[in-house]
Amino acid sequence: MVRVLKLELRGITKRFGTLIANDHIDVVVESGQIHCLLGENGAGKSTLMNVLYGLYEPSEGEILVDDKPVSFRGPGDAMAAGIGMVHQHFMLVPVFTVAENVALGAEPTKAAGFLNLDETRRRIREISDQYGFDVDPDALVEDLPVGVQQRVEIIKALVRNASVLILDEPTAVLTPQETDELLDIMRQLKAGGTSIVFISHKLREVKAVSDTITVIRRGKVVGTADPAASTTELASMMVGRAVSLTLDKEPATPQETTFEVRDLTVIAPNGQHMVDGLSFDIARGEILAVAGVQGNGQTELTEAILGLQDRVSGSVTLDGKELLGRSVKDVLGAGVGFVPEDRKVDGLVGTFSVAENLVLDLYDKPPYAKGISMSPAKIMENAKARIGEFDVRTPSAAAAAGTLSGGNQQKVVMARELSRPLRLFIASQPTRGVDVGSIEFLHRRIVAERDQGTPVMIVSTELDEVMELADRIAVLYKGKLVGIVPAGTGRDVLGLMMAGIAPGEHTASPSTGTQPAATADTEGGDHA
Amino acid sequence: MPENPKPQHAAGETPETAPEQTAAAAAVDTAGGAMEPSAVPATAQSGQLPGGPDTVLRKIFTGSGMVSVLAVLLALVIGGLLIASTDKQVAATSTYLFARPADFLAAVWNAATRSYIALFQGSVFNPRGNTAAAQFAPFTETLTIATPLITAGLGVALAFRAGLFNIGAQGQIIMAGILAAWVGFALDLPLGLHLLLVLVAGIIGGAVWGGLVGLLKARTGAHEVILTIMFNYIALYFLRYLLNTPAFQRPGETNPISPILEASAVYPQILGGQFRLHLGFVLAIAATVLVWWLLNRSTVGFEFRAVGANPKAAQTAGINVSRATILVMAIAGGLAGLSGVAQVAGTEKVLTDGVAATYGFDAITVALLGRSTPWGTFAAGLLFGAFRAGAVQMQIQTGTPIDIVLVVQSLIVLFIAAPPLVRAVFGLNPRRKKPARAAKSRRAATTGGAA
Repeated sequence: MVRVLKLELRGITKRFGTLIANDHIDVVVESGQIHCLLGENGAGKSTLMNVLYGLYEPSEGEILVDDKPVSFRGPGDAMAAGIGMVHQHFMLVPVFTVAENVALGAEPTKAAGFLNLDETRRRIREISDQYGFDVDPDALVEDLPVGVQQRVEIIKALVRNASVLILDEPTAVLTPQETDELLDIMRQLKAGGTSIVFISHKLREVKAVSDTITVIRRGKVVGTADPAASTTELASMMVGRAVSLTLDKEPATPQETTFEVRDLTVIAPNGQHMVDGLSFDIARGEILAVAGVQGNGQTELTEAILGLQDRVSGSVTLDGKELLGRSVKDVLGAGVGFVPEDRKVDGLVGTFSVAENLVLDLYDKPPYAKGISMSPAKIMENAKARIGEFDVRTPSAAAAAGTLSGGNQQKVVMARELSRPLRLFIASQPTRGVDVGSIEFLHRRIVAERDQGTPVMIVSTELDEVMELADRIAVLYKGKLVGIVPAGTGRDVLGLMMAGIAPGEHTASPSTGTQPAATADTEGGDHA
Repeated sequence: MPENPKPQHAAGETPETAPEQTAAAAAVDTAGGAMEPSAVPATAQSGQLPGGPDTVLRKIFTGSGMVSVLAVLLALVIGGLLIASTDKQVAATSTYLFARPADFLAAVWNAATRSYIALFQGSVFNPRGNTAAAQFAPFTETLTIATPLITAGLGVALAFRAGLFNIGAQGQIIMAGILAAWVGFALDLPLGLHLLLVLVAGIIGGAVWGGLVGLLKARTGAHEVILTIMFNYIALYFLRYLLNTPAFQRPGETNPISPILEASAVYPQILGGQFRLHLGFVLAIAATVLVWWLLNRSTVGFEFRAVGANPKAAQTAGINVSRATILVMAIAGGLAGLSGVAQVAGTEKVLTDGVAATYGFDAITVALLGRSTPWGTFAAGLLFGAFRAGAVQMQIQTGTPIDIVLVVQSLIVLFIAAPPLVRAVFGLNPRRKKPARAAKSRRAATTGGAA
């Protein structure tokens, strides 16, 4: 059933106006291989795949399937040629069942045009059994965990007889366990003869499954790498200069505890307890990282501290003063620096200039304003200083913040929040969608803030980031604290905690025993 | 095996198809809209930043000034054709259109230009005037009519910059008119103080009426469009009720008309008694400067703009969104209130139920045409004032109905609301041509490959 398919992209160039997104890219995907495209955000990986999938027409170059040139006018052509794609954001109808979603677009019919889902169900069960997907064709998609939804996407492609599967940043939305399961599925698909194009910037995963790695930087192929190469080598290729992945930070020297959270509960409008009786402390000069799969109360926790949540009970004190019940302005005024989780939604006003965004929460304080009169000169002066200090790549301080790249937008938010004396620093997803080079820089700044004696709280769904930065790690699951563990706790322990299993509960299972001192296994040795 | 792939030219591309294909690809990109090139840092990584309350409306209100100018031009051209279509000479020449098309075209041209010249003479400069004063009289009339349009337009524009659709200028003008007129005819105060009190009363009337909308929105989440529309009705019927009470009725009259305002309560005529132009226009200029300063140089305006552009980010940065909503609606109401004062204390000098005319609604168009910038609104107010002032002269001189001006105004709104239409008409639209070329080049490529 699986067709042998060799896929070749030859000299693909894709221009958008004057911008060259792909510059003469050559990639050959051999049959039954996992071929990884490694590159930073914005390197041109997704553009290349959209060309391959028929969503974009290449400016130059050609696509060859089994050495014959083809031209795809749209995804339909690509699918017909045996290419399937799983997008980073799933293309599923939440209120449809798995079978309905899979059938959508190529609905099998009985006589008189009636839908025939039985055939689709049969195919889903067949594929599900073959690869151990464990997907019920009649489950509603909205009821399924993200990892299973992703499998539905893969089934969609397989039902259409895809023999090349493109996975665009598939692990971004998964827990570590789900990620491992996905990597297993990829290996099985490969064994079944399906070739996979795996797009990622996560080095550990890339090393774990790839047969071939093609590194793309600024729209060009900079070379191929051996999966056995070290993560540092891969990262350097990806960024174009030497990067140190392991943050050489001094051990924390915690001082007195100035930030205390007691029995914090946040209730959503629907009555659900989004944060449920949380208690923890952060000492000065210490980083507490809050880990957890997205949507387990992290957003509500940080917003409650800042004063953005309404139905809040418990107590949050900073320097002995209660923060709950005060306005956002008061909380910020008490010395809280806050980097919200989604810079585009909460952190920046996209149509405002970089300079204005750099004073978004300081605009009415001297020297930027006297009374209600603002001083554009002072705001500009501040902007120039911050842009220099944080190496924000922007055409000018007057450019609209929305036109900057994600990493530079994040630097703007970070620069603003770190530009005043702080008593507490909270950063949610400080490096989401930020390129590796900027991540390194932002991490250093966070550690520098800690070393100045500020209590720091980092909320991240990226386990690598948590392990990198944390002095202690708190894990949230369904709004409750699963536990607080020291830095250096093993990835597998943290993964189980993120699934709600407290440390100690799982010791009976031999395969998931605690690994003592498994510090920052960015080398991904377990998966090799 | 996959199906036989579509034949395409092999590796050696001919030089002439290459650039064409590039254009085609770019066109596919722009036409394809939904797919963002992830290698473009600006679009892919930052993505679309969430705009204000409604992105389409936001674009319409704050789009480029060029589209405004072109929209006015286009509306005038179509208005000219409409004028010509009702012209007797045009009708006559059309009967022998195919015999002598030049006659017909000349008649069309004449009809349109005659009307527009009359419009110009009625609104800016009348060369047949005996004195310089008479020659420039139309321009002062334009400024007089523009005054309430400008101030109410500023109110709409300011609210819009804070993300609020203030449809309530009409009601705000009426409430301001009621208070200002009452202070003007019922109280007996010394010169200077009386006018000041009229002004303050009017501004407060508008500000309270606008501020209430802001308060209701901030406290209950009610939508300001519904609120302002309903508040317009309340104000209008309240005014009609008052004009039938003894307190507001002119003594000895049963008509719904108030006493004439005291001489101490009306705006001085700034160019002397022969022109209607009054102090209100100077205040309109001052208001424009003030709104510019407020928006661009004050912390309050910074808050308004931040709330308008991204309320979530504004809130996270500690800006009190509720307070900004109430405040901006109050200031917007106060600006509309200036229009009410200009009407009762400047132009009309009495209070009738037609005190606001349609200024409150025209103000929305003015703000729209002015792209919600203070000076843009000022210019748009002048233009609409000129239309209004000139229309009368146009009807007298050429018999062209006044309503044609309303048609032109409406066309302007239509074109501003559809920038792609304007760009297409003036050939500025890159999207129109290229998809066609893309298809052509694609065809060329495939056939070329087969050959």
